[in-house]
Amino acid sequence: MEIKPTPTRDGFGEELALIGKENKNVVVVSADLEDATRAEYFKKTAAERFFSVGIAEQDMIGMAAGLASEGFVAVTNSFAVFLTNRAYDQIRMDVCYNDLNVKLCATHAGVTVGEDGASAQCLEDFAIMRVLPNIKVICPMDTIEAKKATRSMIAEKGPFYIRLSRAPLPVLTDDTTLFKVGQANVVRQGQEVAIIACGVMVSEAVNAAQELAKEGISARVVNMHTIKPLDVDMVIKCAKETGAIVTAEEHQVIGGLGSAVAEAVVQNCPVPMELVGVKDSFGQTGTPEQLLQYYGLKAVNIVEAVRKVLKKKNSQCGHC
Amino acid sequence: MSTLSADIPALRSKALQFRKEILETLETAGSGHPGGSLSAVEIFVALYGAVMNHRPKEPLWEGRDRLVVSKGHISPAVYVTLANFGYFPKEELKTFRKFGSRLQGHVTKKLPGVEFNTGSLGHGLSYVNGVAMAARLKGADFKAYCLMGDGEIQEGSVWEAAMTAAHFKLDNVCAIVDYNKVQENGLVSDIKGLEPLGAKWQSFGWKVITVDGNDLAQLLQAFADFKAVKGQPTVIIANTLKGKGVPFMELKSAWHGKAPNKEQLAEALKVLY
Repeated sequence: MEIKPTPTRDGFGEELALIGKENKNVVVVSADLEDATRAEYFKKTAAERFFSVGIAEQDMIGMAAGLASEGFVAVTNSFAVFLTNRAYDQIRMDVCYNDLNVKLCATHAGVTVGEDGASAQCLEDFAIMRVLPNIKVICPMDTIEAKKATRSMIAEKGPFYIRLSRAPLPVLTDDTTLFKVGQANVVRQGQEVAIIACGVMVSEAVNAAQELAKEGISARVVNMHTIKPLDVDMVIKCAKETGAIVTAEEHQVIGGLGSAVAEAVVQNCPVPMELVGVKDSFGQTGTPEQLLQYYGLKAVNIVEAVRKVLKKKNSQCGHC
Repeated sequence: MSTLSADIPALRSKALQFRKEILETLETAGSGHPGGSLSAVEIFVALYGAVMNHRPKEPLWEGRDRLVVSKGHISPAVYVTLANFGYFPKEELKTFRKFGSRLQGHVTKKLPGVEFNTGSLGHGLSYVNGVAMAARLKGADFKAYCLMGDGEIQEGSVWEAAMTAAHFKLDNVCAIVDYNKVQENGLVSDIKGLEPLGAKWQSFGWKVITVDGNDLAQLLQAFADFKAVKGQPTVIIANTLKGKGVPFMELKSAWHGKAPNKEQLAEALKVLY
């Protein structure tokens, strides 16, 4: 049965509410955006373990750290911009340096936030989260994967950052698709180039691969849902087997998934790469579709990047 | 031991001993923060010597009262206190600020007795609110204390936490402001004054108790009063003297973050009171 495109925040909220019923050890600390993040679903099932500190992200993170230190799984939530940027020192000190069981759940990441404009469109969260020790960073590609990611992150001890979408994303996985933190999934097989993507960009990558197939180009698509710890083995396998890599993310090309993959590639198996993402600029107001197009985040941009990387690959004297 | 039956002369002599060891520890390390360590000595002596339930040999005992030292730079006072109460061998004080030591520049949980890694100001109170909320959820009756500096409460995050504690009526929270009047670059009142400090906390919904924070009897009474407060958090504004006990360090911002050398230590120990 085909499921209509759904925001990944919905999968997160629904699963969190279920977990709230099952596990009395889970608490939610909120900063007045629980309606938009869908954390309010938890409030409906476990009101006694839901706390709003008002519009105070630093306080939210600190309080969650205190609850986590006493044995609770503390789930925080906000928009990605406020959660990561406003409370960065608390995330660094209270959560990561103290290595506490706090889950940072961010919605409204990327340009697909749409009309709210640049102030609300977080394009740097992967970069500033993955650079911190002790934390794991995940970005599910659809609402079903978001449910699995939510459950996995709550089951696994330690700091987590999860990036969720406001925009409806095509549902390409199903209940049987494996999800394991740190283990990438091959979404489509291919031999000549590997497209490594996360979040909204996975379905764009699949569309790109279909286009490329028409030209006789065999492109592999990998869903790298965990940005940290990166599945380095998968990256090496892609590099060795295809000899060219394109990354695709709804994030700055500086410091995000593309950078993480490049770090793995240059140290293990250098092959030509192209990075699809936002090129060092802020977002702006528009519909998600207009913005994805403007910032070069569509299948057509991935196709173009594949052509470029294949040129580089073919002009080189082989690969490792 | 009930707080008010504490042996005050014995605690006073402990305070003097702690000051001596703080100065020695700083001199051995060659760096660190004497001013705010010395001002807070009576607060530590009162808490560990009479106020808090704690078990040095069982530092993570579930029933313990929790203390977060939000001004993590006064690590010498924390370490000397914990060593004297038997949390770790006193010998280890010599490793303060040395590579590989559990006695890091700012306090960390590597050391038994430390609840929370600090060192960036304005973090402790939100954390303590979380601990206090956890106690409520667990039905536990331990108390959550948060020691802050006066300069520290210029951080806006402190006031976010102050609103939260009052909103949730966290009467198991006790904040202590070590109001020693001096911060890194001068007098608090010159840099960004806090007054009227008691009225500020009161208007945020807190029970305010103001004491001479270098007077053990007054501190013990304040903590006893805190334990009786219902329905709101308590702040103890402890009026202290920066650098207390070493006249040439007193009220001097120059001694906020500088260790005494050998000669200065000898001089300090001669005049220490």
